[in-house]
Amino acid sequence: MSVRVGKTATAPAFPVAAKKAMQDDQLRRNVHHATSVIRGKRELRVAEMPDWQRLRDAGHAIKDHTLLYLDHYLEMFERNCERAGGKVHWARDADEANAIAIQLIQRYGGTEAGGIEAIKVKTMTSDEVQMNPALEAAGIHPYETDLADMIVQMGEDQPSHIVVPALHKNRHQIREIFIKKMELDSLGDQPADLADAARVYLREKFLRVKIGISGANYAIAETGAVCVVESEGNGRMCLTMPDVLITLIGIEKVIPTFRDLDTFLQLLPRSATGERMNPYNSLWTGVHPGDGPQAFHVILLDNGRTELLENERERETLDCIRCGACLNACPVYRETGGHAYGSIYSGPIGAILSPQLQSMEHSRSLPYASSLCGACYEVCPVKINIPETLIHLRGRVVRENQETFLGSIAPENLGMQLAAHLFTHPDEYEMAQSLAAIGQKPLMRGDLIGPLPGLLGGWTKFRDLAPIPSQSFRDWWKSREKQQHKEAR
Amino acid sequence: MRIALFVACYNDTLFPRTGIAVTSVLERLGHTVEFPMQQTCCGQMHYNTGYHNEALPLLRQFVETFRHAEAVCVPSASCVAMMREHYELMAQKENDEILLADVRALLPRIYEFSELLVDCLGLEDVGAYFPYKVTYHPSCHSLRMLHVADKPLRLLRKVKGLELIELANREQCCGFGGTFAVKNPDVSAAMLKEKTTAVEGTGASICAALDNSCLMQIWGGLHREGSPIRTMHLAEILAETEATQ
Ligand code: SF4
Repeated sequence: MSVRVGKTATAPAFPVAAKKAMQDDQLRRNVHHATSVIRGKRELRVAEMPDWQRLRDAGHAIKDHTLLYLDHYLEMFERNCERAGGKVHWARDADEANAIAIQLIQRYGGTEAGGIEAIKVKTMTSDEVQMNPALEAAGIHPYETDLADMIVQMGEDQPSHIVVPALHKNRHQIREIFIKKMELDSLGDQPADLADAARVYLREKFLRVKIGISGANYAIAETGAVCVVESEGNGRMCLTMPDVLITLIGIEKVIPTFRDLDTFLQLLPRSATGERMNPYNSLWTGVHPGDGPQAFHVILLDNGRTELLENERERETLDCIRCGACLNACPVYRETGGHAYGSIYSGPIGAILSPQLQSMEHSRSLPYASSLCGACYEVCPVKINIPETLIHLRGRVVRENQETFLGSIAPENLGMQLAAHLFTHPDEYEMAQSLAAIGQKPLMRGDLIGPLPGLLGGWTKFRDLAPIPSQSFRDWWKSREKQQHKEAR
Repeated sequence: MRIALFVACYNDTLFPRTGIAVTSVLERLGHTVEFPMQQTCCGQMHYNTGYHNEALPLLRQFVETFRHAEAVCVPSASCVAMMREHYELMAQKENDEILLADVRALLPRIYEFSELLVDCLGLEDVGAYFPYKVTYHPSCHSLRMLHVADKPLRLLRKVKGLELIELANREQCCGFGGTFAVKNPDVSAAMLKEKTTAVEGTGASICAALDNSCLMQIWGGLHREGSPIRTMHLAEILAETEATQ
């Protein structure tokens, strides 16, 4: 597999998008504030678990095992889901997933005047396949019912965080969106006022709309059940109120047994929002006459995932349980917010997942959107070694660049080749050291290096750079040895 | 003890004072320091930027140069992290059994400077005197890859006259990250700003660390802001005695 992108040379997509995002002071304040609060809560809740590291190992081990035998567990899930009265559909890519969903909705919804409506909850995967635009194009109106997703949809905005999609908005901004989209005359700006308005708006949808679309945090092979965890209860409404439930999940979300949930229901809430438990844990197994949806469809989405299974380093990316802890810990995410990543998956996990799953402009720059500080790895509840995966993907980007003419003559590649040559030829390296000490003279401004051209310009734009000392360490060492020889003689 | 010094290419070229300080501390403690001239770079810059093929000869050269050393002292946490995290993997990927065996034999003898003092030599008080207010930035690689924990702090606390001041949000990255600082200058600068604000908030006159790369970034930011705070590698502080003051 390779990084999925059409462009050859290193396209500066992330740096440019980040620069733009960083001009929005309000957004940065909101992101900083929210991530700090969640980080603090997470730390507290993790600290009270004496076996946290072992729990992380367990989570990693379950995921590892499942992905190694993924075909087996997926088929087991299909069997057990259909035995319980559900129906499983397989989607190779985004287009197939959307086509299946549209077909199902049209089958059940008929051709209502003014279009068919569907309520949606907790499905980042549907954003991955761009389901909402596809539904709209087919005359189907989707309503997001998770509060944050609803705010993003109403604000005609993009999600900026994988757990808290509207994290970049503060409540005054949310109030403005509600007043406009819900056509309200007045609205207070206290959290309770906003929650009230959302409740009234959503309740009407829950009672009226007959088709629900959800994601799932886990699909349990042993029982054929899907599990959705959330903190508002809106997900539970979507799972129980409609006549028809369509659940879209990535194939990596399957876990072998009901017992395995035990591990993840501890790891996820503490990592995601710093809660001991999710307020709502809904499990849904097939259909039950007279209770809840009478038709239950699961769409299992591949969309590039099976390609990651072969390589151990890449496979680990699929361990992700989408807790968002790595985003909150990441200093890069905290400066830029999620939009700069150009994908629904932002932050450190986005930087490794998006280039592997999506072909996008940012593919080549995302693996470099990290200082490799390791904070993401430290917090990841399933121990995904994100820094290592970033380096692995960088290796792919470099090799693909080197295979093209433009990539091979790019200044970065030439510089790296030259450095590699000097480092393996100590004599020439030494000469280069002295040459650099002399050669920098025209660049000096007073006792500092002035603005530099090209790649290094970013350094001198924001920071000072002291000149190269005239004597290197090895020079010093040599002159000292000479001195000692003299003295010994 | 005979201790071989791997000074790291950027220390060699840009921060020779650090290597000089390491030499002076170790010799003061009665050890013999060797500097094999064949050494250059551990390969980290190439490897972390994705130039994996280019990093491999550097690994071979390093192993060749230090294979017979009793102990290797490296005054750069990130270089040691490169060796511990990647050398075995790189050799495995190459299917080079001999290289792998050499790497495995050498790795346990490689110490980051504070590790060498505390773990290998069993010291905390190295007889230094430095009468200034100092704050310490734990670089990400020392913290999360080497897990040096409070070893540098234990060394600093034993320095006579030194007042150690806690750095706020100290575990946050300074924004350097090797080529990250060049490829993502704006984000790197924003991360740096948080760090320099924290450093300035301490009231210290010196900011210390185990990595000159981070210190180059932090100094670059402080100096641009006109701050008089200086940066020093831990070794440079430990090299100071009453006689040098
Ligand atoms: S990579 Fe780890 S920390 Fe990040 S969202 Fe996924 S599970 Fe959470």
